[in-house]
Amino acid sequence: MTATDAPAPVLTATGVTMRFGGLTAVHDVDLTVHHNEIVGLIGPNGAGKTTFFNCLTGLYTPTEGTVTYKSSALPPKPHLVTKAGIARTFQNIRLFANMTVLENVQVGRHTRTKEGLFSALLRGPAFRRAEKASEERAMELLAFTGLAPKRDHLARNLPYGEQRKLEIARALASDPGLLLLDEPTAGMNPQETRATEALVHAIRAQGTAVLVIEHDMRFIFTLCDRVAVLVQGEKLTEGTADTVQADERVIAAYLGTPFEGAPGEEEAAEVAAAEARTEETQEGDQR
Amino acid sequence: MNPHTTPAATKATETPAAQTAPLIPLPLTTARALTATGALLSAASTFLSWTWTTRFPGNLTVNGYPGGLQLLTLTGALLTLAYTLTTWNIPGLRWLNPAGSNNATALLATATLATTWYTLVTIAVQLGGLANLEPGGYTAALATLLTLLGTLALPLDRHTEDTDGTEDTQDATPGTGRPKATTRARALARTALRTIRPGHPHQQPPPPRPLPPWAEILIIAAAFGIALGIVTYGIGTAYGELFTGFLLLAGLGTAGLARAGLLGRLTALTAKHRTPTVTAAFIAAALFPLTQDTDQYTLIAVNILIFSTVALGLNVVVGLAGLLDLGYVAFLGVGAYTAALVSGTTASTLDIHFPFWAAVLTGAAASLVFGVVIGAPTLRLRGDYLAIVTLGFGEIFRITVGNLNGESGPSLTNGPNGIPNIPDLVLFGYSFGDTHHLGTIALNPFANYYLLMLLFTVIVVLVFSRAGNSRIGRAWIAIREDETAATAMGINGFRLKLLAFALGATLAGLAGTVQAHVAYTVVPEQYVFAGPVPPNSAFLLAAVILGGMGTISGPLLGAALLYLIPAKLQFLQDYQLLAFGAALILLMRFRPEGLIPNRRRQLEFHDTTTTGPGTLTHPEASTP
Repeated sequence: MTATDAPAPVLTATGVTMRFGGLTAVHDVDLTVHHNEIVGLIGPNGAGKTTFFNCLTGLYTPTEGTVTYKSSALPPKPHLVTKAGIARTFQNIRLFANMTVLENVQVGRHTRTKEGLFSALLRGPAFRRAEKASEERAMELLAFTGLAPKRDHLARNLPYGEQRKLEIARALASDPGLLLLDEPTAGMNPQETRATEALVHAIRAQGTAVLVIEHDMRFIFTLCDRVAVLVQGEKLTEGTADTVQADERVIAAYLGTPFEGAPGEEEAAEVAAAEARTEETQEGDQR
Repeated sequence: MNPHTTPAATKATETPAAQTAPLIPLPLTTARALTATGALLSAASTFLSWTWTTRFPGNLTVNGYPGGLQLLTLTGALLTLAYTLTTWNIPGLRWLNPAGSNNATALLATATLATTWYTLVTIAVQLGGLANLEPGGYTAALATLLTLLGTLALPLDRHTEDTDGTEDTQDATPGTGRPKATTRARALARTALRTIRPGHPHQQPPPPRPLPPWAEILIIAAAFGIALGIVTYGIGTAYGELFTGFLLLAGLGTAGLARAGLLGRLTALTAKHRTPTVTAAFIAAALFPLTQDTDQYTLIAVNILIFSTVALGLNVVVGLAGLLDLGYVAFLGVGAYTAALVSGTTASTLDIHFPFWAAVLTGAAASLVFGVVIGAPTLRLRGDYLAIVTLGFGEIFRITVGNLNGESGPSLTNGPNGIPNIPDLVLFGYSFGDTHHLGTIALNPFANYYLLMLLFTVIVVLVFSRAGNSRIGRAWIAIREDETAATAMGINGFRLKLLAFALGATLAGLAGTVQAHVAYTVVPEQYVFAGPVPPNSAFLLAAVILGGMGTISGPLLGAALLYLIPAKLQFLQDYQLLAFGAALILLMRFRPEGLIPNRRRQLEFHDTTTTGPGTLTHPEASTP
């Protein structure tokens, strides 16, 4: 059900470049996410994946290039990006640790609710209705992620896997059209990873496109319709899981390239064999 | 929220109560008998004369009639006795000690001992020697000591989170396996500290017997009645020694009641009946001036109210939004100056006289504008930088009003002389400057202002609780917790911080308009960063932190203490800031969450066991 022929892509990044002084962290990256699509973004450590994410969500303003969401240019402020419809999670969990689970999700509802200070002070019927609606929607999301029984726990007291889930629930609370997940399975055991996979599929089924950064190749290749590879700030290749896995440059980026002749023919041959083996195992994992 | 499902409760029940071997080895029955006898003896000793001369204030010379500080010892001794009896499972007393903790008894015995010994030492020092003590005094000293020793022979439970088990043995002298003497002394000191330290009673008290709602509300009303009595007594203490004794007894006694679980139950009740609680608190506070026949203590009370209201306003900024504002008193100043200028005093450079409601609105509006003007440039800074810049703006306000005297600047505020002779308020023909009689009760001028100020306090309390518990309040707390994550959730950080800043400023401006009339004069030197007389920015912040950030009752209590202590303890005058600093350091070491902790904050400061990946706060942006 890839929707490559959908009229307007959810996200289009064109020529995104981010420089910090003399360092170019992201260079001329194009990326498109279509409606109802799960796109993976992989690359070795330090390849600029998170920087690229930060460019998409307005935490950084790209030095060059444009990002559009449903064909309108994204404003350069994180809260306006969220308001426009892009929500994200963080690589290191950044929950509001001393708020309850329910309150965390309710904070996520911020852009979709209107009640201001005066309405809060006067506590009119409209305010009560809005609070009730906000709580109900938050509870729906907690039920969706399976956290409903823990609504009154402090976020900091949740186990690690549930904190990750809560972060996703909080991001979903802003009713996003595109969800950016930054290493959602980092530090998880295989069971929890499978559960996260199911959750991401369920999110897509609700009509939200997903862009995910991940190091767990198995997770990426089972989940994503399309995978983009970022190496040293540049997009190396993009395509379906199979194309990317078969791409020699990708393997080289992850495992390194043998020197021609210098370390000796034998070593080079060994490395090549290792590469071949890795390829086989990965394909084996696929099946 | 159901208190039984909170993680704090779950955590506490998971930790088993650690009942240690008593510090003094005695059979349980003997220990209890010793405690009870000691308490009885202490109570009896207050009926003897403690000194021979009435030169010590409070007249402790009369046999058969306790007076002054003796009454405090008597109260403490009777409470200790009652708590000793609760551990004997005497029916009808069980409610006093729901947790069944001996620590409560120990703390009350300590309170009695501290008050009594303080009295006796003060007598000896003031009158020049122990010879000034009568046998009654010695009896009291020994009896209270006996009580404390008795309670130390009871099994006490102690904090377990800071015992890691190995710590006690690892310092043992190699080879012998016996702990070194110094180590044992340290261990003993640690045990004592843990025993005394207030906190969660580890033994979760059993759930209270269900009561009909009217009975629960009656209990709340009675509790506020008792609280009013205690506060009235404290404000009305006629001499510094009595106040110190009162503070010792009240402070340690409250810790004892908290350890017994009694305060926890009361808190649960007040959380269940919010409206009756607020009403009861309001009525108890409104009754205060009726207990006074002179305006000496009502003046103190109205100043406490002003101070605590401003502290609560600051709590919006510091406690909810997490913005460290060191120049907050300037907003109080703006409100007070505005009210003074439009009050119609001859000293005002503006020849206008607004009715009070208009003056209040003008003062609040002026503070609001000032808050936005200061906030808009400064709130782009975070943390320490914000604190320094707000400190600067606070001082700029004071220096500016000191210079707007027509010579070094436009003529507006009369410079350092300030605006004197602010007339008394007249509302609907009710003159605040006159004494009014309600039947037999006289309402003096300060009592009138007290009641007016109380109304403002209630408004600020309502604003705080309603704003805090809403979409806006949640956004403030989110910003306090993690600003980057909050903006990623769609919160406009700058705008909401400015809103908190402006709201805080407005609330301080409101209080300022009343303050101008209570003080009759506004001068720039009332609005310094740090000074001996509250409110000033440092004391306001201290009141918030001392009481408990993010709570309503915390700043109210903190402000009351910070106002009363300097006002009552005249001998501290020269050392006041020193004592204040020392007290803050001790507080931050032993109770960083404040006297009345916010549920969240308490976890934040003490829950170090769950530091996992979830608490990492590295700025995400730094990892490319």
